[in-house]
Amino acid sequence: MKVLCTLDVNGRRHELAIEPATTLLEALRDHLGLTGTKRGCDLGDCGACTVLIDGAPRLSCLTLALAVQGRAITTVEGLEDRGRMHALQDAFDRHGAIQCGFCTPGMLLSVKALLDRNPTPSESEIREGIAGNLCRCTGYQKIVDAVSDAAAELASARERGDA
Amino acid sequence: MSGQHRVVGQRHRKIDGRAKATGRARYTADLSLPGMLHAKILRSPYASARIRGIDTSAAEVLDGVHGVITGADLPETYGIIVWTRDEHPLCVDRASYVGDGVAAVAAETVELAELACRRIKVDYEPLEPVLSFDDAIARPQDAVRPGERAEKHGNVTKSVTLSFGDVDGGLRTADVRVEGEYSFENTNHVSIEPHAALADYDAAAGVLTLWSCTQVPHYLHRELSRVLGLDQSRIRVVQPAIGAGFGGKSEPFDLEFVVSKLAMVTGRPVRLVYSREEVFLAHRGRHPMRMRFEVGARRDGTITAVRARNELDGGAYSSFGLVTTYYSGQLLPAPVKLGAYEFSSTRVFTNKPACGAKRGHGSVQPRFAFECMLDEVADAIGMDPIELRRRHDIGSNVRTINGQRITSNGMVQCLDAVERTSGWKEKFRKLGRGRGIGVATSMYITGTNYPIYPNEMPQSSVTIKADRSGRVTVLCGASDIGQGSDSALAVIVAEVLGLDLADIAVRTQDTDLCPVDLGSYSSRVTFMCGNAALDAARQIEALLRKHVAAEWACAPDDLVLDGSRVFLRQDTGRSASFADAVWLAEAAEGPLVRSGGYKTPKLGGDYRGGTIGASPAYSFTAHVAEVVVDEATGFVEVVKVWAAHDCGTAINPTIVEGQVQGSVYMGLGEALLEAQVYDEKGRLTCPNLVDYKVPTAVDTPEIEAIVVESHDPEGPFGAKEAGEGPLHPIIPAIANAIHDAVGIRLRQIPFHPARVLAAIEASREVVK
Repeated sequence: MKVLCTLDVNGRRHELAIEPATTLLEALRDHLGLTGTKRGCDLGDCGACTVLIDGAPRLSCLTLALAVQGRAITTVEGLEDRGRMHALQDAFDRHGAIQCGFCTPGMLLSVKALLDRNPTPSESEIREGIAGNLCRCTGYQKIVDAVSDAAAELASARERGDA
Repeated sequence: MSGQHRVVGQRHRKIDGRAKATGRARYTADLSLPGMLHAKILRSPYASARIRGIDTSAAEVLDGVHGVITGADLPETYGIIVWTRDEHPLCVDRASYVGDGVAAVAAETVELAELACRRIKVDYEPLEPVLSFDDAIARPQDAVRPGERAEKHGNVTKSVTLSFGDVDGGLRTADVRVEGEYSFENTNHVSIEPHAALADYDAAAGVLTLWSCTQVPHYLHRELSRVLGLDQSRIRVVQPAIGAGFGGKSEPFDLEFVVSKLAMVTGRPVRLVYSREEVFLAHRGRHPMRMRFEVGARRDGTITAVRARNELDGGAYSSFGLVTTYYSGQLLPAPVKLGAYEFSSTRVFTNKPACGAKRGHGSVQPRFAFECMLDEVADAIGMDPIELRRRHDIGSNVRTINGQRITSNGMVQCLDAVERTSGWKEKFRKLGRGRGIGVATSMYITGTNYPIYPNEMPQSSVTIKADRSGRVTVLCGASDIGQGSDSALAVIVAEVLGLDLADIAVRTQDTDLCPVDLGSYSSRVTFMCGNAALDAARQIEALLRKHVAAEWACAPDDLVLDGSRVFLRQDTGRSASFADAVWLAEAAEGPLVRSGGYKTPKLGGDYRGGTIGASPAYSFTAHVAEVVVDEATGFVEVVKVWAAHDCGTAINPTIVEGQVQGSVYMGLGEALLEAQVYDEKGRLTCPNLVDYKVPTAVDTPEIEAIVVESHDPEGPFGAKEAGEGPLHPIIPAIANAIHDAVGIRLRQIPFHPARVLAAIEASREVVK
């Protein structure tokens, strides 16, 4: 039997009728049309379905939609600001950190959470921050480069008082 | 070189980068259509079984189930190689591996389709499965693929022996001979996007549209026609964004036929997305290979002879196996020159998921063996292994001993680059026990010189349409699987027509719109599609020059196309927009639509199989890996990799570096972690990404990619491949580094701690 579920996604409130076993991943993709969040394994192993819940990276394939009502959910669709890419998205694009792009949404959210809690991560901290997100295309090198660059850019923007 | 070009050689963003960064790129599983049904495939629990009967009635009566099909509904066979079509979309009378599809259901929800599959009753007669190479040879009567061929050849799918020069003499007269038996595990591609397909059938028009994340839309188009009994002109194949392939999506798969048939049966759109387990079961990954090598050398490092015996475990179907069997031998005779060479390769069927093409198809395994043996030779004669490879590099504009034509060759520059950047001379044999450095090299094809089905048509075609708005559309059947081929096409066209990348739309995903390209396999796209695009763009360029020149009363060569404008060279004040130039040319010529094509020259050795491995250009790669080996645990840490790759010309250096780094990463996973292992009943023991381990960011070292440019005479702007060659050397480079660190020779991948520790302990006993 379906139940009503209220989800706050990217600053907007959605009300949907779902089966209680519906995962957050299914709710986002199949009910809200937010297909930017990817399903790579459905077992919590690959990280492609990573979203932010109250700012922390979580695997949406292992999260019940009903369990995150009232929490702030951020997906890749919520990273742009009025049509401008987030510094991380821009850095990924600029550095060639995106090949097939399938891991990219989850990867971006993991690194956003990383920079939010540690604005100046070392290379090994960046690698640890994305250790739950598998990428088979890039060898991670350009992802690490992009995150370092975006972190520096965000830091100088903060100094200028832009952010 | 980049100074000579305006766009080629610059670091551009990929044309699809923003769509992928923002989640707007749509992959097959993201697509849905009104009234869409969801399909699931019921799969065999037995590695080998006769199917005596299937009762689908309990599934059919479920409310919400709209279609149930079995092998009887799709009796025609398919296969990527036209001579070895031995697969059915669903088993007809026998299941040949655990996971072979037996029946399929289309229902309102995925859960309902799964429930319906569980209700299908299959009457299996289990048989004793054949699960290894030796078993397959020993039990020819238990044919995995029974039939006429099996009566003659048992479980052998292909056997090839080719010999070039005096191998016996070369081995006999050698100063040094080394021998070894090497083995390579079964590894999967593990694209993060699972295979997905969506079909829609317009019964009134009799037209089927299939969206699929395939690397080979053209071959899929042909096989769909054959299996479904629909004329090719009534089938449209569309590729959405593709979440990587690495060869794992380079042939037709059961789901593409299943959703198509179910859409035809139910009259509704049908979508199927593989689970991660199904991706492993569909497989087509690297062939497990056992390789016995003998190498002879003189004191100066000249390789006098190589003899290789390769045994390939192919799994349940032919897949690409015919080609793999040849590739396991044909791609070895460069970059180090061989005095004589013989290989004998045999591929067998076993009751396991079929092996096929994975990045570096067929040649990664023997390259591992041979490059380790070169290290042994260097050791035996007391020569630095980089120096040995540099002295005996085959060079450019030569033929290999098996008759392959080498044009450009940047091997020596690659060796110089990794020697310098890695600090090789200060490190080799000098890092102390437990730390080591190793080198290895390879060469690889830039596309093959023949299509998978014989024909005289272009291997790649590109149509370019210049619009009155100034926008240029590039149409090509190529598949951008993440390697950036759409962006490469845009750069090539932008270079010729003086456009900004933003003025170019690349449409490569639709058999209704795009001329044929054979697909994204064998590292052919930049070279072949690039040359076709160059051909078409130059035709458009000539028309623009001709008609602007006529209008301005100057010579066509007096014009410069740049910045989306046309300038008069002598008078920088006079210029017209690209759109205005199109108006002039279109008024005179009619629509500005031109097509170009590419076909390889006749290539290859003059013997049966001599065209397999023949390519219009070869890439060259050298890797140095530095490792730390923990002698207490056997754990190998790769500290850093330096990878120099000769890609001819880098159309976009950022993308080339990414291909090199990604290749190193993928090979590193095979060297250290990955193995698709089956139990005694043929069941996959690691059908998920916890039990099948791929390297995370923490497991992956810093990878320094060095782009070497040899400017190939036939490549578009001199370009060659970058996507597969750079995978080969990493595995032997790590093995050779482990030898430098702790003095052991590892001949079996993966180099996991237990294996490394056992080898260290064995070497200690020898010392005692």
